[in-house]
Amino acid sequence: MDAIILQILNGLDKGSAYALIALGLTLIFGTLGVVNFAHGALFMIGAFCAVTLSRIISVSHTVIDETRTDFLGNPMKVEVPYVHGWFGVETGDALIDWAVPLSIIFAIPVMILIGVIMERGLIKHFYKRPHADQILVTFGLAIVLQEIIKYYYGANPIPTPAPEAFTGSFDFGAMLGFDPNTIIYPYWRLVYFAFAAIIIGAVFAFLQFTTFGMVVRAGMADRETVGLLGINIDKRFTIMFGLAAAVAGLAGVMYTPINSPNYHMGMDFLVLSFVVVVVGGMGSLPGAVLAGFLLGILESFASMRQVIEIIPGINQVIIYLVAIIILLTRPRGLMGRKGVMEE
Amino acid sequence: MSTGNFTRRGLLKTSAVAGAGLALPTYLSAANHSGFTNAPGDSTVTLGFNVPQSGPYADEGADELRAYELAVEHLNGGGDGGMMGTFSSDALKGNGILGRKVEYVTGDTQTKSDAARASAKSMIEKDGAVMITGGSSSGVAVAVQALCQEAGIIFMAGLTHSNDTTGKDKRANGFRHFFNSYMSGAALAPVLAANYGTDRKAYHLTADYNWGYTTEEAVKSSTEAMGWETVAAVKTPLTQTDFSSYIAPVLQSGADVLVLNHYGGNMVNSLTNAVQFGLRDKLVNDKNFEIIVPLYSRLMAKGAGANVKGIFGSTNWHWSLTDEGSKAFVKSFGTKYGFPPSQAAHTCYVQTLLYADAVERAGSFAPCAVVEALEGFEFDGLGNGKTLYRAEDHQCFKDVLVVKGKENPDNEFDLLEIVEVTPAAQVTYAPDHPQFAGGALGTCNNGA
Repeated sequence: MDAIILQILNGLDKGSAYALIALGLTLIFGTLGVVNFAHGALFMIGAFCAVTLSRIISVSHTVIDETRTDFLGNPMKVEVPYVHGWFGVETGDALIDWAVPLSIIFAIPVMILIGVIMERGLIKHFYKRPHADQILVTFGLAIVLQEIIKYYYGANPIPTPAPEAFTGSFDFGAMLGFDPNTIIYPYWRLVYFAFAAIIIGAVFAFLQFTTFGMVVRAGMADRETVGLLGINIDKRFTIMFGLAAAVAGLAGVMYTPINSPNYHMGMDFLVLSFVVVVVGGMGSLPGAVLAGFLLGILESFASMRQVIEIIPGINQVIIYLVAIIILLTRPRGLMGRKGVMEE
Repeated sequence: MSTGNFTRRGLLKTSAVAGAGLALPTYLSAANHSGFTNAPGDSTVTLGFNVPQSGPYADEGADELRAYELAVEHLNGGGDGGMMGTFSSDALKGNGILGRKVEYVTGDTQTKSDAARASAKSMIEKDGAVMITGGSSSGVAVAVQALCQEAGIIFMAGLTHSNDTTGKDKRANGFRHFFNSYMSGAALAPVLAANYGTDRKAYHLTADYNWGYTTEEAVKSSTEAMGWETVAAVKTPLTQTDFSSYIAPVLQSGADVLVLNHYGGNMVNSLTNAVQFGLRDKLVNDKNFEIIVPLYSRLMAKGAGANVKGIFGSTNWHWSLTDEGSKAFVKSFGTKYGFPPSQAAHTCYVQTLLYADAVERAGSFAPCAVVEALEGFEFDGLGNGKTLYRAEDHQCFKDVLVVKGKENPDNEFDLLEIVEVTPAAQVTYAPDHPQFAGGALGTCNNGA
């Protein structure tokens, strides 16, 4: 029992990331009809927003420490962050420590801007082109973006830790009456899950309860009629692209303490996120979220030693296996709508 | 009137032969003149540096390339000479190799076997490289080594740690200076016993590919021999980024040690996840829970940040060594590039010097002559103490470093501290050791 609870918990944070990326993908597909293979790159850029802000906050000046020597035997150059001078050591260190959560504020405008530039500069030219062309151009764009990041940040992962207050793990086992240490879960992953839930809730509320959201939903259902009513739906869809980019970016920002970001982390998530979208049902926002968590949890179960011992290699194929079964039994996915991708 | 034998038929025959000759790959045509592939001309010799310039190990590849450039500079008489001044052999004079100026070409392995073979093939066939070296993966090393054997080229392996490179996949034309999985296990076990005791339960997470298997086997057999029990060994996909679902069940298994047979991004992520789960703060079986990383790399440790603190592992070389060879290399490299070299840079630099030295001693670039010069060659002054290039498997036997993540690093390069320099004798094994079984060196190949 404790092993099952543990894997459900594990699946939640992975599922959160899948759900957030798939949500953005579905928003873009539902509004603009574009299959955006650069969406994983937006997740990666979000993570690098956290890296960038963390580096900005830590910008230092060099002080020579005559009492110590460097690897060549010269006097040691010690880096002292400017924030120490501006705000004092304690506040300066706190700012550096809280760089990842602070990056949320930094990432939102940056990601919206990148999303809008991407849509206006490139993707809008491919609206009327076949999906294969859209996939090719967005996949190419993803490679370009990740190579740019690699050029400036290198190929190695860059450690971007969570604030000190969130290090360590919570003992669910002890709380639920199991033996101590049987169900432990890192605090930051709980934060990630809660953050994902808030973002998902906010996106749904925005679409459900605002006039802007209502128009977008109407446009998703029937773009032509909304256009005939004199509403500039293109402009709204561009904003939605920016919003989807921000959702992916925020998912990336908060993911950095879980795994040190590197330039190809977007690609690692992209394919699985597409499977999530297809399983959830193309164009269905609740479907994307549901499938994200479902597949995240299933993947966790499949990684259990006891399961791998019975079916070797299941951990590597489980998501695709489940996708095949779901698509055979429900060709439109879990919550897919009739008519989407069926022309 | 001339009755010379210039006829239409003769012209056609001559043209056909000439055409066929031109169409031959350059390495075959060169062999016709010298008896071996890509014999250099009188003024220059070309070496091929095959390193990951793209992909996840690109930073390690960049450091390898820096080391190669430094080695070429030193071989040609530039800079301060680096380790040439401390090398026990005095065959290298700083006038290139056998009086020929050293030039080089580079290829990108992308850390993919097929891409690495393609780039090595291109450097051999198009650029006339007489020796191929480099790489940051055992899969690549084994693939390129086999190619070089077929082509009649010497292969001086870069960073490759799998037992198989000089085990079941060894080749007569291939040589490895870097240590291997067996040596890591043999060096680590006594240190682990001294620090964590002999009554421990270990849980292995192993990258699901060749290097992972040999490392798991080596560490398991070494630790079990000193009394540890292996509770479980779980394979993890090479593409895995989040290891939480593999790490979470570790405590439930009753294990009190986690061995991460991971390298590169895998290591960074699995270690980060394990520390996040607070494993190191737990008390299991009345003992502190411990984590071990059998193969450390400073470049990779940097990615894991503070998570490496206090964690044991092994490494081939470290810039903080104080022998004359290491000091000379760190000074040369540090002065030129502004930071200390990695272990990948060290092994690549040393391999280039060893090749050049072997050619000088053999008096020939012919691969079989170089093989003969390297087999059984004993040397010192290159950073790992007295070293033997064993004739039976072309593996270097030298001291191995056991290291630990430093608790209070002075700077971003100061991540590991040397805990013990394990003597070569302790990590030496018989050529027919079961972990290296199968395969044969075969005979050296000079090419067509």
